Amino acid sequence: MTDIPARLAALREPAPTHLVPEVLERLGLADRYVTRPSALGPVFVAFTNFGVSRVDLAGDPERFAAAYRQRFGREVVAAVALPPRLAAAVDRALGEGRTRGVPVDRAGLSEFQAAVLHLAASIPPGEVRPYGWVAREIGRPGSDRAVGNALAANPVPLVVPCHRVVRADGRFGRYSLGADANKRLLLEAEGLEVEEYEALAGRGVRYLGSDTTGIYCHPTCRHARRITAKHRVEFCSSAEAARAGYRPCRDCRPAAA
Amino acid sequence: MPGGHRIGMGALPAALAADRDAAFPHVVRALIDGVYSGALRMTGSRADAEDVAQEAFLRAYRALGGYSPERIRELRLREWVWAIAANLCRNRERSRRRRPQEALPSQAALADPAPGPEDRALAAAGGEALAAHLARLPWAQRAAVVLRHVTGLSYAEVAVALGRPIGTVKADVHRGLQRLRSLLEEER
Repeated sequence: MTDIPARLAALREPAPTHLVPEVLERLGLADRYVTRPSALGPVFVAFTNFGVSRVDLAGDPERFAAAYRQRFGREVVAAVALPPRLAAAVDRALGEGRTRGVPVDRAGLSEFQAAVLHLAASIPPGEVRPYGWVAREIGRPGSDRAVGNALAANPVPLVVPCHRVVRADGRFGRYSLGADANKRLLLEAEGLEVEEYEALAGRGVRYLGSDTTGIYCHPTCRHARRITAKHRVEFCSSAEAARAGYRPCRDCRPAAA
Repeated sequence: MPGGHRIGMGALPAALAADRDAAFPHVVRALIDGVYSGALRMTGSRADAEDVAQEAFLRAYRALGGYSPERIRELRLREWVWAIAANLCRNRERSRRRRPQEALPSQAALADPAPGPEDRALAAAGGEALAAHLARLPWAQRAAVVLRHVTGLSYAEVAVALGRPIGTVKADVHRGLQRLRSLLEEER
């Protein structure tokens, strides 16, 4: 009863958890996020003045904020809406899979990772490319494993479609957003004939050519999908296609064109 | 400043002098529980405590923008932020006095509309009664008692935060505690 100092000390209590993010947001020291629908259900999309900084499956907001703080050293608070220009780009990416040109905040990314993500964003929806292709296209042939790591650490899945980069043998490989199976799910949702592709890659086929045009493509390239069965030629390597007198497609660039 | 690591209180002024924006979130996280708790017991209102905490850190951040790196390195951060926060609490009290319909918070006003587990534990321990008596102390005693015993500042720190001589602060804390003791005994 009489130990008043101890009882006063017990009046100390933690500040409400929303207070720190609010203070930092008012100072412009916090990033913001919105919730958006996606093929994998609702996702949190965090953004800065430079673009999208993080995409994750929507869940407990406090855990999201804690993970964000851990990863970027910044607070993140819920926002009412995305800025209009970013909103259009993000909805195009999440809704239609059109990911090219969505502004991404590259702070904290290595030059290598930024190059990998920039290139991955250019792969059209419903199409896939092997890890080795990314490595070659960014001028680092043979760095397939590093490409895989860079994509695994992709802070903005869906907005940068790391799910469109797969193993050369036709297996889809690992995926960071939820379960590995989501990678296949996303590609299916984008219109990829998943089983057909797996069967083809499983037989060792890496490229398809057209004997009318003399051009060869990645099997999922929109040009390859237009080749009729009668004119379709299968190749196990670009060397084989070259020996047969075919040239690489200028869109999907199965070899340096 | 990478990731979620925390900078120790002692290293914060130097970090602030080097990069205000990178270091300031660490200042807020290091001090906010104390500032909020103290403001809550000085103002007697959770809403006021949140406002005071927000406003104190906003003012602190802006003030830092006008300080030289040398001055920032010399700052005694906790006392400095408390000087701002205590002033804000006091101003609220003054403006409230000018509008008598908003009397000093009674025990009823102190009751949290949705008490959490900690509040219930405190209430069980008579924390709410103590807090209500605290709210009735004169400002100088209340500020000194709260900073010394709720927030845990030393007498020297309280003196800097309140801009009063250390002897006066000690006397205020002493009188405040006596008053609380007699209020609690009356209640029995």
